[in-house]
Amino acid sequence: MTTLTAAPKTTPPPVRTRKPTGINKWRRRIPLLPALIFTIVVTQLPFVATLVISTFHWNILRPGDRRFVGLSNFTFVFSDERLRTAVLNTVVLTASVVLISVLFGLGLALLLDRRFVGRGLARTLLIAPFLVMPVAASLLWKHALYNPDYGLLNGTLNAVYRLFGADNGPTIDWISSYPMPAVVISLVWQWTPFMMLILLAGLQAQPGDVLEAARVDGASPLATFRHITLPHLRQYLELGILLGTIYVVQTFDAVYSITQGGPGKQTTNLPYEIYLTMFRKYEYGEAAAAGVVVVLGSIVIATFALRTIASLFREEISR
Amino acid sequence: MTHAALPAPGAGIRKLIRRRDRQGEHGGAPRLSPLWTFVAWLATLAFFAPVAWMVLTSFHQEADAATNPPTPLAALTTDQYELLFSRDITPFLLNSAMASVISTLLVLALAVPTAYALSIKPVEKWTDVMFFFLSTKFLPAIAALLPVYMIVKEVGMLDNVWTLIVLYTAMNLPIAIWMMRSFLAEVPKEILEAAEVDGAGLLTVLWRVVAPIAMPGLAATSLICFIFSWNEFMFAVNLTATQASTAPVFLVGFITNEGLFLARLCAAATLVSLPVLIAGFAAQDKLVRGLSLGAVK
Repeated sequence: MTTLTAAPKTTPPPVRTRKPTGINKWRRRIPLLPALIFTIVVTQLPFVATLVISTFHWNILRPGDRRFVGLSNFTFVFSDERLRTAVLNTVVLTASVVLISVLFGLGLALLLDRRFVGRGLARTLLIAPFLVMPVAASLLWKHALYNPDYGLLNGTLNAVYRLFGADNGPTIDWISSYPMPAVVISLVWQWTPFMMLILLAGLQAQPGDVLEAARVDGASPLATFRHITLPHLRQYLELGILLGTIYVVQTFDAVYSITQGGPGKQTTNLPYEIYLTMFRKYEYGEAAAAGVVVVLGSIVIATFALRTIASLFREEISR
Repeated sequence: MTHAALPAPGAGIRKLIRRRDRQGEHGGAPRLSPLWTFVAWLATLAFFAPVAWMVLTSFHQEADAATNPPTPLAALTTDQYELLFSRDITPFLLNSAMASVISTLLVLALAVPTAYALSIKPVEKWTDVMFFFLSTKFLPAIAALLPVYMIVKEVGMLDNVWTLIVLYTAMNLPIAIWMMRSFLAEVPKEILEAAEVDGAGLLTVLWRVVAPIAMPGLAATSLICFIFSWNEFMFAVNLTATQASTAPVFLVGFITNEGLFLARLCAAATLVSLPVLIAGFAAQDKLVRGLSLGAVK
């Protein structure tokens, strides 16, 4: 097994056929040119535009007042209290969603790696939350589950309280009282199946003979898990954490539809704050500067992600 | 050009690959004890409960949906679905379908030749090219929203499904290239070489050797791209107004416009999630490969 310490840049391994030369090289490149050009135009040019806009003072409500201001938008971004809160909220939201769903996902994957009655059906039911449209899931949690008057959570509490003779259960306004946990829980519910699928694939890629040997040698299940399964799972855990982070950092749907960033700014994360700056305050320069900061942050995460993917990838082609 | 000399397309290889897959799964996995089976099912049902509740509520009347304590056994009805269609969810579904299907086709048209140039006849430094494509997937979409919005507004393409199609194509292209490459890499090179030695032309090789082996991969890739486009919300809500709005925009819109109708909301949520649920269940075994960008099988 390859280790993770190596740099992501791989020298192309020797795969099939002889070295192409001259005109042949270009003939080989032709099939990938359309995709390459398309990708550069649609994904790279907007970022260049963002960079340029970020150096302007630009509010479309005051069209005459557009001017070059250098880096002052960035000074604003780093000193603005709203944005700092948004950064903090993004970190809290992303870290809790990813870590909790990895833990749940690991638990479920370990269970589903064993045989039991209805395992196939259980697996199918478990991936359903991930397949519900994210906006639909957010609205479902907000209105059908969290609603203080007729939501399923308070409804169930009420039913249980009445069962034990009380008149009424507590009326908890889940979203106002616990805004961040409310968003986190709905996202954990959606992302746990994703983690489970990746970790389950990792568990099933475990060489059976090693586990067999451990059992023959009389290793306890716990020791087997700690010394064989966990090290093997490490890169799958990393992959799950990194891909999860990359997707969850970008969370917009859930914040938009469950809390609108509120109450106050308690659940405003960076994507939502940038959206507000752009479409509510119309401060294009500031929104672009915040965007650049988000891109830089993502590059840091992406570097780790690419490294992990590269190591799995090398393993695959050397197989 | 002789076709006769080629081996029967795929059949034998596919059998081989399937046999290898089955060995990979350890069929002799230990059984769970009854206690842990109970725990596994409890957890499964807990995770599935909100979905079940959504579907159940969607078949209730509004009066039965918003009760406390809940009344799961209330009479069933399809009224909510009929209301949805009479309130014109149809154009939104059609926009969603158009955006997802056309962008998926475009993605495949761009990704398949690229994947070919990265696996079967690899260009120099092909891993660098792959990682470039992948890196674009890691850029946060929100940072592109402002320039995209300004450009789209400038060229008069706001509220146009084709704008979404272009954006979704760019969004899914890296995933598709990675997935398709990992599928095409499974075409055994001995067979490709044998076909070439026999003098088979490029098209014959593609059609008779590559296609049969890569077809399941192509299907899985399309499903993943379809799912991501169908669910996309941020660009859809910010770049469309009335003409080109997609299903997720309908969902948030009808709540703010009409107040809350819980049963109808659940019906709408079920309806818009249905295509992805079906696609996802159908592609279950390939799902993980797509989600991990082909890194995990």
